[in-house]
Amino acid sequence: MTTTNDSPPKGEDGRDRSLPVIANPSRRTAVKGAFATLGAAAFVAAVSPLRQAAERTSAAEFMQSHYKRLTDEDKRKIIERLEAEAKENHGVEVEIADDRPIPGTKFVYAINLSVCNGNGKCVEACHKENNHDRSTGQSYIRVLEMPKGTMDMEEGNTTYSGVVPKDDKFYLPVQCQQCDEPPCVDVCPVKATWKEEDGIVVVDYNWCIGCRYCEAACPYHARRFNWKQAEIPAEEINPDQSYLSNRLRPVGVVEKCTYCLHRTRRGKLPACLEACPTGARVFGNILDPDSNIRWILENKRVYILKEELGTKPAFFYYFD
Amino acid sequence: MTRIASLLSAGVVCTAVLMVVVCWDGAPPRDKSHSERDVAAQSISSAPSGGPAHASAEAQRTVGETAHHAVVVRQPEGPPLIELAETDPQGRTGKVACSTCHSVRKPNLANRTSASLDEFHQGLTFNHGTLACYACHNPDQSDALRLADGSLVEYRDVMTLCSQCHAAQATAFRHGAHGGMNGHWDLSRGPQTKNNCIDCHDPHEPSYPKMIVGFKPRDRFLKDETTHDDHE
Ligand code: SF4
Ligand code: SF4
Repeated sequence: MTTTNDSPPKGEDGRDRSLPVIANPSRRTAVKGAFATLGAAAFVAAVSPLRQAAERTSAAEFMQSHYKRLTDEDKRKIIERLEAEAKENHGVEVEIADDRPIPGTKFVYAINLSVCNGNGKCVEACHKENNHDRSTGQSYIRVLEMPKGTMDMEEGNTTYSGVVPKDDKFYLPVQCQQCDEPPCVDVCPVKATWKEEDGIVVVDYNWCIGCRYCEAACPYHARRFNWKQAEIPAEEINPDQSYLSNRLRPVGVVEKCTYCLHRTRRGKLPACLEACPTGARVFGNILDPDSNIRWILENKRVYILKEELGTKPAFFYYFD
Repeated sequence: MTRIASLLSAGVVCTAVLMVVVCWDGAPPRDKSHSERDVAAQSISSAPSGGPAHASAEAQRTVGETAHHAVVVRQPEGPPLIELAETDPQGRTGKVACSTCHSVRKPNLANRTSASLDEFHQGLTFNHGTLACYACHNPDQSDALRLADGSLVEYRDVMTLCSQCHAAQATAFRHGAHGGMNGHWDLSRGPQTKNNCIDCHDPHEPSYPKMIVGFKPRDRFLKDETTHDDHE
């Protein structure tokens, strides 16, 4: 992301300096990176679903304010509307909650790479839990098959198949690392994505304009763009939803792993952890000194991905 | 407010859970400084053994001011039962306990492989170091297991047996860093179920089985990768 390209981003002039998005140097480089990544053609492709989206936007949705400015009454109305839409468009009764952080929690994830065998059950569990489009098989997790001896995720391959684990490989599941210094948040021009008190980086799908800067800014390739409206058979839709996580998202917006906040903020374990047959995944509250996660951080050698970028992930990897 | 309310209801649920635990051994209340993970450890080493008809799991809990839900470690229901290959004259099949045969046969303490057996258990794959059968099975009470010091341990408490050699794994297990789990990370809101060693490891062939990759997303990132795949 830290590009060496020194030419100013398109259209930069004196006035642009007052824009919050380039107010600090790190954001500025990130924006440059985003521009460099998004060529003009890509940009046209990127905004095309927006036209489609605009046609479907109801007046109420268009007038809706940013999540953080909504009163409880606003939220109630919006959630009612979203639930009605789910009923109308997908024929399912869903329940959308507004799960807020539990005071005194900071969520952290860890994966035991000695145990993970790359079977991909977590990928599938995320797909189902979070109401992803069935035809693309979208999921917030990618499991990379890695050559032994490196932690550079860019050397991984996601298309392996057949019998696992292979002898000369290890397997590196990657999803949103809920960074403490999230570059994706910094680059969002409309502040549609932010970090909450329990560490989860969330997206307001109704505020996101689909510019995909965050997708380009994320060094972990953790963000996903909704190229099409998710198509899911009614009986497979997970009705247990939250506004900031797995509710049915509109087309043309960006989404990502939310540590299953509709589960974890209710005290439950994330779907991917429960699905893991090898027990490689550990989740918990790092502020609790008795938590599993604290024991791992204190007793195991832990790794984080792309440490040199200073993103400060809330996601750790360890070996036995 | 809602948090206090949920803590209260958690307390009520916990009390109810305690009341239905039939096999509580009346152990003295544990020091409240013990964390939940220590209690999980207790359940491995000192879980009381119930009758074979007892449900597969049993509640363990911390004792403290805050009502906590249980961390339940799954347990086998009891000693294994052997399905008979032959049917009786009425055409019935049946299951028998280990002791059905072993109480009338003399144990061969030196035996280490199924290959040298003259009947029964033939073809059993054994790939667990160079252990003898009676390193873990009990020669005097064949419906139970034995620890290294010769003392008896019930099949339900098999994790005590495993932990003798696999102490590092047992420690990691106590701290949630080995073995899968389900349910709640927050025990003030709900219980958690943890796997037993033998849920994932066949004691006769303990290395974790190979698996076949099932689900694969077809996202754009993956598509790009596919085109590079043949370069490897
Ligand atoms: S992993 Fe990517 S999407 Fe997640 S917080 Fe970090 S930069 Fe943002
Ligand atoms: S925590 Fe939930 S949203 Fe995140 S990868 Fe796991 S299943 Fe998906």
